[in-house]
Amino acid sequence: MGRAPCAGPVPAYGRHMRDHAPPLPTSPGFWRSPLRGTWFTAVLGLVLLVGITVLFVTGLLSYAAYNPNLSPVNDKTPDKGVLGFYLFAWPTSPSWLYRLTQGVHVTLGITLIPVLLAKLWSVVPRLFALPPARSLTHALERISLLLLVGGVLFEFVTGVLNIQLDYVFPGSFYPLHFYGAWVFFAAFVVHVALRLPTAVRNVRRMRQEGDLLASPRPDPPTVSRRGALWLVGGGSLLLFATSAGRSFDGVVRETALLTPHGGSDPGSGPGGFQINKTARYAGIDAAETGEETWRLVLTGPAGTVRLSRADLLRLPLHSSSLPIACVEGWSTSDQWWRGVRLRDLAALAGHHGDPPDVFVESLQRHGAFRHAALRANQVADPRSLLALQVNGEDLGPDHGYPARVIVPAAPGVLNTKWVARMTFGEL
Amino acid sequence: MRPDARPAARSVAGLRPRLRRVLGSPLQLLLLLCSFALAAYAGVRLLDGDRLGVALWFVGAALLHDLVLLPLYAAADRAVVRGFGAAGRRAWVPYVRVPAAFSGLLLLVWFPLIGGRVDRRYRLGTGLSADVFLARWLLISAVLFGGSALLLALRLRRAAKRRPPEAH
Repeated sequence: MGRAPCAGPVPAYGRHMRDHAPPLPTSPGFWRSPLRGTWFTAVLGLVLLVGITVLFVTGLLSYAAYNPNLSPVNDKTPDKGVLGFYLFAWPTSPSWLYRLTQGVHVTLGITLIPVLLAKLWSVVPRLFALPPARSLTHALERISLLLLVGGVLFEFVTGVLNIQLDYVFPGSFYPLHFYGAWVFFAAFVVHVALRLPTAVRNVRRMRQEGDLLASPRPDPPTVSRRGALWLVGGGSLLLFATSAGRSFDGVVRETALLTPHGGSDPGSGPGGFQINKTARYAGIDAAETGEETWRLVLTGPAGTVRLSRADLLRLPLHSSSLPIACVEGWSTSDQWWRGVRLRDLAALAGHHGDPPDVFVESLQRHGAFRHAALRANQVADPRSLLALQVNGEDLGPDHGYPARVIVPAAPGVLNTKWVARMTFGEL
Repeated sequence: MRPDARPAARSVAGLRPRLRRVLGSPLQLLLLLCSFALAAYAGVRLLDGDRLGVALWFVGAALLHDLVLLPLYAAADRAVVRGFGAAGRRAWVPYVRVPAAFSGLLLLVWFPLIGGRVDRRYRLGTGLSADVFLARWLLISAVLFGGSALLLALRLRRAAKRRPPEAH
């Protein structure tokens, strides 16, 4: 052990007294677990380095998938400034792109929770270490650790609460999770830069000098360090096994026992697949969606065109097999949608040739995404539909009857349901 | 060389290590300042709104974890180890620790659904039943503890069989 046995804030205690006096958390002797040590921390740290990097990248991709630069209605973080430096037009191929990136983001996040908890546990003695600062750099590093630990917990907590629809956090999820991620990332980069060389050396066991994390007087072990890693891995496996199934259908979804949108589907038959928001929740009145009352209003250079559902059904209908993928991490496999191509609707509105962007409005009266903007590449994709039917039958009320948008690779909320109006043109 | 040049040089050289000790590594200092600038840029946007609420959540998350959650589960684990130790059954600790840790972990992550905090919103929004989660968590916990008890029983039986008869 590299640490002198008498180190700590109470040097006045003699060796014989030290064993009887209750040590404070600031004393290394307070921490008795024989598991703590730089090797244990380094292994967990390296797992988190890879995992959190994937979380950050898939999170940035999800942010880009909303096309926030396209229109204010898509942008929940209008003052993002340079943090949106990398934004790009979200592609429509492959059609499962968002299903993959967001499924990985949420499921990996859930899976990493035990690793994160174990990592924080393994370094907790350092939180109380004295002196508070050895130098200016050391003082700043400790402040940075508050941003690191506060940031990572803030991100995990807001994410885990959001997918359970428990909106207790102080504000809208999008800005909190996005700006929180950048605050965390700033501290994460420094932490990696300062600690990665030590972690790599420790895992390779090239370093055997003083171990600041190991207890100076450990209790007898009840489990080995490898055993403890198996416990952490087991916890991750358990969370993964009870969550991952909600990115698939049928029997596999049934295995996602504790996760929202896991277990069984809300219904059976062609429209039985998962619903993000039901018609009732969105406040859709059946009187507004009837054959006699509902009209789709298209606006463009040709002026305003009003179409009933029967009019739409007389237009050329096309089919495409596309999934629904939610920001909350769940998704369905491909559903067989049938309806009018968005680019055909753009042509009806007067945009012949390359179709422009479109602004879509729903009958929905409240909710963050009752309005959505789609980019020209999304309108132009021949698989992008204003769907009237799904899996061979008319859309059910909860899936957007009379008509809904379905676009390949777009986040679920951009596939507007109960569409009332589409305005084609530069946004 | 002038006779007084040497002492002056020595005192400058003596100042430098002291300055370095107070400042720490200049490279790390720059890296940290750069990180704080980025964190501040994102931070003012994060705090734009419910300033106090967000700050409380951010710092509170770290404090609640480090000063409440961690001491609680560490104390519970220590109580289990001490309890079994006092009974001379230290080897039984993992058979309680592992299922308890897994069951507690699931509760920690899914408590809004398990505890029924979001029943109404979940049912109305998704058309799915929300009252299944408590039952599922209890069943998973039962399987974890039950499986652990079974493993322990099997291990004890095997140990008893292996023991030579004269040891009785």
